Amino acid sequence: MKVNNNLANIDLEPVSFSPETMAKINEVISSYPEGKHKSALIRILHLVQSEKGWVSIPSMNKVAEILTIEPIEVYEVATFYTMFHLEPVGKYVFEVCHTGPCMLVGSDNIIDYIKSKLNINIGETTADGYFTLKTAECLGGCGYGPLLQCKYKFHEHLTKERVDELISDYRAGKYDQN
Amino acid sequence: MKNRKLLLENVHVPGIETFDVYRKNGGYRSVEKALKSMTPEEVVEEVKKSGLRGRGGAGFPTGLKWSFLAKPEGVPRYLVCNADESEPGTFKDRYLMEKIPHLLVEGMITSSFALGANTSYIYIRGEFMYILHILEKAIAEAYANGFLGKNILGTGYDLDLIVAPGGGAYICGEETALLESLEGKRGNPRMKPPFPAVKGLWGCPTVVNNVESIAAVVPIVNEGGDAYAQTGLGKSTGTKLISASGNLIRPGVYEIEMGVSVEEFIYGDDYCRGIANGRKLKACVPGGSSVPILPHYLVTKTAAGEDRLMTYESLADGGFESGSMLGSGGFIIFDEDQCIVRNTWNFARFYAHESCGQCSPCREGTGWMEKVLNRLEHGQGNLRDITLLEEVNKKIEGNTICPLGDAAAWPVAAAIRHFRDEFEWHVNEREISQKRNYGLITQPSVEV
Repeated sequence: MKVNNNLANIDLEPVSFSPETMAKINEVISSYPEGKHKSALIRILHLVQSEKGWVSIPSMNKVAEILTIEPIEVYEVATFYTMFHLEPVGKYVFEVCHTGPCMLVGSDNIIDYIKSKLNINIGETTADGYFTLKTAECLGGCGYGPLLQCKYKFHEHLTKERVDELISDYRAGKYDQN
Repeated sequence: MKNRKLLLENVHVPGIETFDVYRKNGGYRSVEKALKSMTPEEVVEEVKKSGLRGRGGAGFPTGLKWSFLAKPEGVPRYLVCNADESEPGTFKDRYLMEKIPHLLVEGMITSSFALGANTSYIYIRGEFMYILHILEKAIAEAYANGFLGKNILGTGYDLDLIVAPGGGAYICGEETALLESLEGKRGNPRMKPPFPAVKGLWGCPTVVNNVESIAAVVPIVNEGGDAYAQTGLGKSTGTKLISASGNLIRPGVYEIEMGVSVEEFIYGDDYCRGIANGRKLKACVPGGSSVPILPHYLVTKTAAGEDRLMTYESLADGGFESGSMLGSGGFIIFDEDQCIVRNTWNFARFYAHESCGQCSPCREGTGWMEKVLNRLEHGQGNLRDITLLEEVNKKIEGNTICPLGDAAAWPVAAAIRHFRDEFEWHVNEREISQKRNYGLITQPSVEV
C-alpha cells in the first residue's frame, strides 16, 4: 500500500463528516455490543470514503476521535485493506478485475482498451478528474467476466462497446443516484 | 443421475428475496421446527448425521466442528458466517445471498440456536456492499416478523444478527483473520491453538462457517440428517454449489447433486454445455485457484481410467500426483489456446498481492514466485528458474501460520508437474513464446 509521506503536500486541516454520514456512523456503532465499537471501523471507513471519495489522514484522525481509539489503529487498518484509497482519486474509479478467470475471457484486452480510451495508465486519473483506472484482484464475479467495479457497482460481460457506453454514462451522471 | 436441488430450488420464484414470498414457499420452517420441537443438541446431532462438510473449501465435517464449541458458563458464544468469498473462481455465495438472502438468514437463526449463540455475525467482503444491503433488508424483515430479536416465536430464544463488511483482503476468508477483521483490525491470521471454538471473537468460543454450509442446515433440519445424507454419493453427501468460469459455453453457478460426472458437468446440456468457441479442453482447476490444476487427460478420467466425479473423493483421487480437490467448487476451465505459464504467473501475482506479510516464507516466497514466473512468462527466464520455483515452493509449504502459503505453493507445483514442457518451451523458444502460446501455430485474439 502506498501512503503519501510527503506531508508538506497534505492538507492536515481537521475535517468533519456530513450529518448523513454521521447518522450512519452512529447507527453502525450502536449495532455492536457495549465496548466492541472498534468493530465498526471498517464499515465507517467505507462510509467516509463514500462521502469524501478517499480516506485522508485528517479523515482517519476524525474516525479515531469518534471511536475513541488511537489514530494508529485507524491507519494500520486503512493501509491493510485495498479498497481504501489513501490518495485522492477521480470522481469514478474503475477497478478492473485481472485475476485468472477474468484473464481467460479477455480482461487484459479490456484494460488496454480503457487505457487507450481514457489515455491514462493503471493508477492514473484523467486530466478532467473524472476517471481513475485501477486493477483489482478477484472481485468474485468470475463467471461473468471481464468485469469492473465502480462505487460498489459491478459491470459485467464487458466488451469494448460496453466500456464506451459506461464511460459516457458515468460522465453523464447516470450512476450518481445511490 | 437425478439432480435434486436443496438450496436453489426456489431461486427463480419471483419475489423470493422478500420475506412473504420466501415464507409462502416453505421458508423459515427449520426455525419453527428447531426452536419449538428440538433441543440445540438434537439440531447438532442432525447436522452430524447429515455428513455435511464445510463448503468453504476445507471440507471439514460441519457437525464435528460444531461439537468442538466450548461452552463455559457465563461466556457468550458466537456464530460467524464467512461470506468473504474471494477465492479466484468462486462466486457461488454471492449468487445465493443476492438471489435468496432469507435462506442464509434462516440458516443463521437455526444454526445459532443449535450453538447457543445470542449474537451472530455475517462477515461479507467489502466489494459485495450491495449484497450487505440486501441482507440487511432481509434481516429487518425477519425482525419485523418475529424471527429475530427477543423471544423468537415465543420460545424464549433471543438472537441478534449483524452484517459486517471487509475492505478487500483475500486473507480475511481465513477464519482467524476474519475474526481479527471483525474486531476492527488488520486481517493477520492467529496462531492455532487456541482454535476459534475455544477462543474466537473477542476471546469467546466461536464457530465460523461458510455461507453455503449454513444454508445447508435448513434442508438438513427440515428433512432430517439421514435424508440429507441419502442425497449425493458416499461421504460426499448433499448438493454443492459449483461456480463455473473460464472458457465455457455457459459459465455460472450450478447446484449439483454430489456424484455428477465431471464429463456431464462440463459438456451436459443441463450444465456448462462444453468449451466455448469450438475449442478443446486444455486444463481444469476444479476447486478454486488454490487447488492443483489438472491437464485435460486427468479431468474427466482418473489416472486409473475411472470416471472422475464431482465429489470430494473422486476429485482428490490420485493425490497431488494426478488428482486435485473439490475445494470451494470454483471450477475454472482453460481452452487449448490458453497459456499455462501466464495463468500460473497470474495466480502467483494474486497470492503475492494478498499475502498479509506476517510470515516470512509466505511474504517473501510469494513475491519471489511472482517475479520468477513473470520473467519466464515474458521471455526472460532460464531453465534454472523452473527448479528455483520448486525450491521456493517447498520452503513456503507447511511453514506458515495459515494456509495461504500452501494455497500459493500448490498451483505452481501442479502447473510445473503437469506442464513442464510448456515452461521449458518458454525458455527454449523465448521469442516465439512472446508471439503465440504453446502448441499454437498462430495466436488467435481473445474477442471481447
